[in-house]
Amino acid sequence: MMRRVLVFLAVAGLAAALLPLALGTGVPEAPGALATAYLEDAPGDFGAANVVTAIVVSYRGFDTLGEVAVLFAATAGVGAFLTRKRLGIGDAEPADKPAATEILVTATGLLTGLLVMFGVYIFLHGHLTPGGGFQGGVVIATALLLGLLARPESKLSHGILSAVESLSGAAYVGMGLAGAFLAWGFLDPRVLPLGRIGSLVSAGSIPVIYSLIGLKVGAELSGILDALKGDRE
Amino acid sequence: MLVDAAILVSGFVMIAAGIGAVLARSLLVSILLSGGVSLVASLVFLLMGAPDVAMTEAAIGSGLTTVVYLYAMARARQPDEEDADPLGDAVKGGRR
Repeated sequence: MMRRVLVFLAVAGLAAALLPLALGTGVPEAPGALATAYLEDAPGDFGAANVVTAIVVSYRGFDTLGEVAVLFAATAGVGAFLTRKRLGIGDAEPADKPAATEILVTATGLLTGLLVMFGVYIFLHGHLTPGGGFQGGVVIATALLLGLLARPESKLSHGILSAVESLSGAAYVGMGLAGAFLAWGFLDPRVLPLGRIGSLVSAGSIPVIYSLIGLKVGAELSGILDALKGDRE
Repeated sequence: MLVDAAILVSGFVMIAAGIGAVLARSLLVSILLSGGVSLVASLVFLLMGAPDVAMTEAAIGSGLTTVVYLYAMARARQPDEEDADPLGDAVKGGRR
C-alpha cells in the first residue's frame, strides 16, 4: 500500500514537473534565429537543396560522426556476444528450422534488387530529397534481412561486411580531415566543387559522405541481424 | 485544419496502441503494437512536414526495431526448450 502511494506520488510529481512543457507546446509561427540562419545560409554555403542534410552532414557533422561511432560500438557489442559459443548452442545445430514459404522466397527474389537499389537511391539523393545515409542503410539492411528470412541456412560474408564497414568509416573520417586541411574546417564539404544547386553532382562532398554513411550503416545493421540469427561461429 | 484533426486522431491511436502494448499478455502482441506506435508516429512526422524524420522513424522505429525485438524474443525462448535440467523446467512451468 505504502509503495503504491509512493509510486503514485512520484508519477504525479513527474507529471506536474512536465506540465508547463506540455502546455507550452505548439507550432511556432516563425522559425527561431538559428533555424532561420540555417534555412537562409545552407543553399548558399553548401549548395544543398535539402537543408536537413546540410545540417546533419555539415553544420552538425561532428555529431553525425559520433552517432556513427555509437552505432559501430553497438554492432561490435552484439557481434561479440551473440556467438554460438556464448549462446551455448554448440556445433550440433538442430536441423529442424522450418523452410520459408513459397510466397516469401518468390517475393525475396523479386524485391531484393529493388530494395538495394532504393536504398542506394535514398542515400545518393540525400542532399536533394528527404532521406540520407541512415535511412538508405536501413533499407539495404532490410533487403538482406529478407534474404536471411527466405534462406535461413544462408550466411552473410563477414569479410565483405567488415571490409565495406571499415573502409567506408575510414573514408568518412578521411573526408572530414580533407575538409580540415583543404577547406574551412573538419567535415567541411567544400573540398569538392559545389556545382549547381539541385543537380545530382552538387553540394560538395555531402553526397560522398552520406553515401559512405549509408554503406557503413547498411553493413553494420546487416551484421546485427546476422548475429541475431544466432549461428555465428 | 484537416491536418490538425489527422494528427489528433493519430495521437489517440498512438496512446491506445501504447497502452495496449503495456497491457497485452502476449509478448508478440506487445512487440507488434509498439511497432505500430512507431508507424503512426512516422505518419505524424510526415503530417508535421518532417519527411526526413518520418523516414527514419518508419525504417528504424517500426521496421528494424520490431525485427530486432522479434529475433531477441526467439533467442530468449530457445534455451527454455533446449535445456533439460529440472530448474529450467520449473521456471518454464512457473511462467506459463
